[in-house]
Amino acid sequence: MSAYAFSVLAIMGINIMLAVSLNMITGFCGQFSLGHAAFYGSGAYAAAYFAAAGAPVVLALFAGIVVAGLLGLVVGFASLRLRDDFLAVTTIGVSFLFVGFVRKQAWLGAEMGISRIPPSGLGSEGNALLILACALATIAFSLYVNRSWMGFAFHAVSDDENTARTIGIPASAYKLVAFTLGTAIAGLAGGLYAYFTQFIVPDSFGFIVSVTLMAMVVIGGTGSTLGVVAAAIILTLLPEAFRFINDYRLLIFGGLLVLVVRFAPEGIAGLGRAVLRMGRRR
Amino acid sequence: MSYYIDLAFTGLVYGCMYAMMAVGLTLVYGLLRILHIAHAAVYAFGAYVAVIVANGTGNIGVGFLAALIAAPLFGMAIYRLLYQPLLEYPPYVAMIASIGLLVFMEDGFRIAFGEQGLTFAHNPYPTRLYDFAGLTVNSVQVAIILCATVCLTLLALFTSRTRIGVGWRATVSDPRIATSFGVDVVKVRYLIFAIGSALAALGGALIGLLNNFVEPTMGFVVSYKALAIIVLGGLGSLRGTLVASLVLGVVESYGTIFIGHFLDRDAIAFLFLIAVLIVRPRGLGGVKAA
Repeated sequence: MSAYAFSVLAIMGINIMLAVSLNMITGFCGQFSLGHAAFYGSGAYAAAYFAAAGAPVVLALFAGIVVAGLLGLVVGFASLRLRDDFLAVTTIGVSFLFVGFVRKQAWLGAEMGISRIPPSGLGSEGNALLILACALATIAFSLYVNRSWMGFAFHAVSDDENTARTIGIPASAYKLVAFTLGTAIAGLAGGLYAYFTQFIVPDSFGFIVSVTLMAMVVIGGTGSTLGVVAAAIILTLLPEAFRFINDYRLLIFGGLLVLVVRFAPEGIAGLGRAVLRMGRRR
Repeated sequence: MSYYIDLAFTGLVYGCMYAMMAVGLTLVYGLLRILHIAHAAVYAFGAYVAVIVANGTGNIGVGFLAALIAAPLFGMAIYRLLYQPLLEYPPYVAMIASIGLLVFMEDGFRIAFGEQGLTFAHNPYPTRLYDFAGLTVNSVQVAIILCATVCLTLLALFTSRTRIGVGWRATVSDPRIATSFGVDVVKVRYLIFAIGSALAALGGALIGLLNNFVEPTMGFVVSYKALAIIVLGGLGSLRGTLVASLVLGVVESYGTIFIGHFLDRDAIAFLFLIAVLIVRPRGLGGVKAA
C-alpha cells in the first residue's frame, strides 16, 4: 500500500474514534455536544507538548487522554445544570473558546502551532496500524458499553432523565461518566493525530471539525455505533474522492449535509432498519 | 476617558446589529425549537443583495430595498423546503441541516463573488461624521442604532397591540390551543421567518455599509454569537435577547482591550456566555414568554 493510502486510513481511524466517542455522549446519553473538536484538540496539544518536551510516546498519549478527559469532566458538570439547547450552545462556546485560547498562547506556539513533535518510532505504516487498532478497540468498547448495564442507564437518561432518577439511576453520575469517557477517547485520538502529522495548528480543531463530527453521528443514525462508523468512513473518503475539485470541497460538504439530513433524517442506521423491515415483509 | 466612551459606543452599535440578527433567531426558536444557524446565511445574503443591487443601479437605497424584499423570500423558502419536512424529528436534525446550509451558502458566496469580498462602489456614509459632545460618530453607526430602535419598537407594538401579533404570541406559548382558537399556525411561521429574515438582512447590509466590505464569511462568527445571545437572553424571550445583545456588544468591546492578549474577540463572547450560564442556568431573561 502507498503512503497516501496509509495516511487516508489513519485519518479514517481517527475520525472513527472521534465519531464513536461523540456518539457515546450524544447518541447513548443524549447530551448534545458541538464541542468535540475542543477535546480532540486538547488531547493533541497535551500530547504534542509532552512529546516535544521529550516524554516517551506512551506517556504523551496518556497525557492527552487525561487532559481531554478532565476537560470533558468539567464540561460534563455544565451538562448537569444546563439542558438541551442551552448545553448545545455552551458546547459551541467551548469549541470557540478552545481555539481562541490556544491561538493566543505563546507557550503552545500561538497561530503557528507545535511543529517539533518527535516521530513515534513506528514509521508511518506503524502509526496507521496503531490508529486503526485503537479505532477497532473504540468500536468494540462502544458496542460493549451499549449492551452493558451502563449503556442501559445512558439510554434511560437520554430518554427521560427524571424517570431515570425515579427508578434509582444516578443520572448526574452517568452523564459525567459519559462525558469523561467520550472526551478521553477524543483525547487519545488527538494524541495519535499529533504523532501522525508531527505538526498541529489551532485551526485543525475548529468549530467546523465539531460540526463534521456531529454530522457523522447524525448521518450515521444517532445512537447506532455501526451506523456512525459507516458515516465516519464515508465522510472521510468523500472529500478524498472529491479532491480533484478541492476548491469546492466545503460547498459539496454543506450541500450533502443538507440533502442527506433532509431526505434521510434517521441516518444510515434508519435506512438500514427500513431495508431490514422490507426484507422481513417479503 | 473619551476613549472608554468611544468603546462603549462601538459596543452599542454592534449590540444593535446583534439584536437585529438575534430577534429572528429567538422567534424561530420560540416557535419551532430549532436553532436556526442558517439565519447567518440570510444575514450575509442580505448584505450581498444590497451591495450587488446598489452597485448595479448606483443607488444604495434601491440596494437596501432589494435586500429587504429578497431576504424574507429566502427565509420563508428555508422554512418551507428545509425545516417543515424535518419538524417531526428531534430538533438537532434540523440544526445539522441548518449548519450544512450555512456552510454551503458561505462557500457559494465565495465561489460566485470571490474570496476577497465586495465593496460598495460609491459609499460616502461611513466618512460622514457627526460630533455629539466630544463623541465622534459616523452616519452608518447612527443609522444602525436608529434602525434597530425603530424596528424593535415596531415589533414590540405589533406583538402586543395587533390581533395578528397576539395570535403570534399565543402560537409561541402553545400552538395546539392557539390553533383551536382559530390562529393559522402555518401562516404565523411564515410571517416569523419573513420578519426575522428582513431584520437579519438589514443588519447585514448595514454592517456591509459600515465596514464598506461584504465578505463570504461575514455570517459565520455572527451566527454563533447570535446563538450565544439568544441563550443568554433565556431562549425565546424577546426582552432578554435585546438586553443580552447590547450587553454582549459592550462586553466584547471592552474585553478586546483588557483580555484581548490571551483570548480573541470571538472567544470573549463565549467566555461571557459560559460565565453567565454558570450563575444563571436559564439566561438573563429567565422568564419563558415571547
